[in-house]
Amino acid sequence: MPYRANMMVCAGTGCVSNHSLELKQALEEEIQKRGLTDEVQVVPTGCNGFCGAGPIVVVQPDGIFYQLLKVKDIPYLVEEHLLKGRPVPRLMYVPPEEKTPIPKMNDIGFFKGQMLVALRNRGMIDPENIDDYIARDGYRSLAKVLTTMTPDEVIGVIKASGLRGRGGGGFPTGIKWESCKKAEGDIKYVICNADEGDPGAFMDRSIIEGDPHSVLEGMAIGAYAIGVSQGYIYVRIEYPLAIQRFRIALKQARDYGLLGDNIFGTGFSFDVDIRRGAGAFVCGESTALMASVEGRPGEPRAKYIHTVEHGLWNRPTCLNNVETWATVPVIILRGVEWFTSIGTGDVSQNPWGGSKGTKVFSLAGKINNTGLVEVPMGITLREMIYDVGGGIPKGRKFKAVQTGGPSGGFLPTELLDLQVDYEQLTEAGSMMGSGGMVVMDEDNCMVDMAKYFLTFTQDESCGKCTPCREGTLQMLEILKRICEGKGVPEDIQLLEDLSHFVIDASLCALGGSAPNPVLTSLRYFRDEYITHIRDKKCPAHICRDLNVYTIDPELCLVKGHGCGVCRRQCPDSAIVGEKNQVHNIDQELCKKCGVCLDVCKFDAVKVA
Amino acid sequence: MDDLAVQTYKVQEIISRWGPKPDLVIEMLHDIQTEFKYLPEQALNQICREVGVRLATLYHIATFYNAFSLTPRGKHQICVCMGTPCHALGAPRIVEAIERHLKVKCGGTTEDLKFTLEVSGCVGTCGLAPIVIVDGELHGLVTPVNVSKVIDRYSD
Repeated sequence: MPYRANMMVCAGTGCVSNHSLELKQALEEEIQKRGLTDEVQVVPTGCNGFCGAGPIVVVQPDGIFYQLLKVKDIPYLVEEHLLKGRPVPRLMYVPPEEKTPIPKMNDIGFFKGQMLVALRNRGMIDPENIDDYIARDGYRSLAKVLTTMTPDEVIGVIKASGLRGRGGGGFPTGIKWESCKKAEGDIKYVICNADEGDPGAFMDRSIIEGDPHSVLEGMAIGAYAIGVSQGYIYVRIEYPLAIQRFRIALKQARDYGLLGDNIFGTGFSFDVDIRRGAGAFVCGESTALMASVEGRPGEPRAKYIHTVEHGLWNRPTCLNNVETWATVPVIILRGVEWFTSIGTGDVSQNPWGGSKGTKVFSLAGKINNTGLVEVPMGITLREMIYDVGGGIPKGRKFKAVQTGGPSGGFLPTELLDLQVDYEQLTEAGSMMGSGGMVVMDEDNCMVDMAKYFLTFTQDESCGKCTPCREGTLQMLEILKRICEGKGVPEDIQLLEDLSHFVIDASLCALGGSAPNPVLTSLRYFRDEYITHIRDKKCPAHICRDLNVYTIDPELCLVKGHGCGVCRRQCPDSAIVGEKNQVHNIDQELCKKCGVCLDVCKFDAVKVA
Repeated sequence: MDDLAVQTYKVQEIISRWGPKPDLVIEMLHDIQTEFKYLPEQALNQICREVGVRLATLYHIATFYNAFSLTPRGKHQICVCMGTPCHALGAPRIVEAIERHLKVKCGGTTEDLKFTLEVSGCVGTCGLAPIVIVDGELHGLVTPVNVSKVIDRYSD
């Protein structure tokens, strides 16, 4: 490194919305003011993953981690750290309920348990500069493949590595490539599925925003192995920065001759186009995605026609997820032995026999360290949530973790020691999905969460097949009824029956997995359903129709002095009381909107 | 040039940007949506003529995908993220608070055409949940109480 220090400023979407770009500018100005321009470089990087601590600056090569920075901290930081060589403890990370700050990034619990493969360049490169990627072995795998390996050898390596699709299904990647290569046809396609629709999952966004070239390199390797000259990247419109980064990366790769005609002078030609999604969850399904790339509404078709034979424009098409493509170059470079040494099971005989390598997960919800992590397959949920995730905020009790998005399920406390891999998650009623993990604590209502997911799948159901369109609607009606206190004991059985019917009869995986959140919540949290139905109570006080709001007279008078904010804010004029006097809620008029609870600063409004 | 002529000109520009290829029609609709904040009827007719995609197909696409709208939107677009973490941390109450503040129902536009309130799928910045996006600017960690201040910043 020609510079004494590199200030790696996180420019992921999370940090940018916390003003990291203003921070970068302030840093540059301060460094210039102090005459350090020749010694210190400011580098905007992709997402570091630790979004809850943003904006983040990491000083390399020492790896000193600064968090929650503000522009006003910059002059002091530059003076102390860069001029006087004294890192600033007050800007460092302090673990919850501890006092001593941790200076180095790699000593922080969130980063310590991680193993970076797909995210190998995280926080280390400027994603808009191809030279940074190349400096860290970028495009070396492509060169190796094109100059020293035959397509069959490449497929052999990927098959032996046991790499399985990271988008959710877990289909062995090597087998998919092989089938596509064997399929008849002159023109074939590769597609990168970047339509990351699972709510609560943002690993693909982070990979694209932080390291777009890793995806392009993986796609080029796949294209060579399968015999493809055109690829497509399908990115959802909700990720504008990812689209922009891909565009920049494509242009740079073309300028360097790493995409286009006759790459590395080997006669191999390959190029990639971007297609923007348009806000339809079902387009994450491969056949729906291909319909959308063709310029049609994204409606899926029956699964028995395989896309590796009849895909995009009815031609053989190999579709893989962002993370899968980004992992490919590393396997080529570091070898099968290294990759298979990570993870669970044995894939030497049966490609479905284990889960190899690492997986990126997004941790969100009621957890201290929200963000993006990459861990070896086989880590337990407990390690994920308590060691990496830092536990539940405010000393609350863990209730459930939801994995796999709307197609996955809820896993309760009893399953915290479950190992995270494809088979074990499926066995527990959930699935790997694309890797979203949303943690819930005792303040979350599981019936409400099940209703949330079903509202989502119901809304996103494309309507082509009846079981999904009508089945999810009926299930949702039942759940709504239960949340409104109108549930009857038979509803539980009815929900289960409908679930199995929708799973068995739906056309695509959207319907086929939509009932999973309902089934797992019934399996592990049946008590909550019963309380809603029999006692007409929501234990977490989330289902508001079942709540009764009252005002604690003492708190209202002593602490709040009858401030009257709730009375003025109540949309139904259900609160009575004179100024400086105790206020009261008229239960006849109260529509249970909960505004009083939101606005009372003295915790005088109580829910029961 | 009158408004319609300007619109026709701009749509023409968008069509030539992509070339009159039927498979790129979603890309064109994206650009039209960005330009006009909705898909005007005449623009769809124009695409139908120039690109050779049936009007029925265009309406199928326009109504199938959430990113498109057939009615004019307000000057400012408010979008509340409805991802799982946002939901778990109270996004529905944020929507209600905005509905009360602007006197508009979710999916609707205020009478003065200033704001359109919508919900979106997960925007993937779950570390900052719950999230409200106004005109593409992301605001994290909002509460039912402070969200009205966030909105008011755009009300000029």
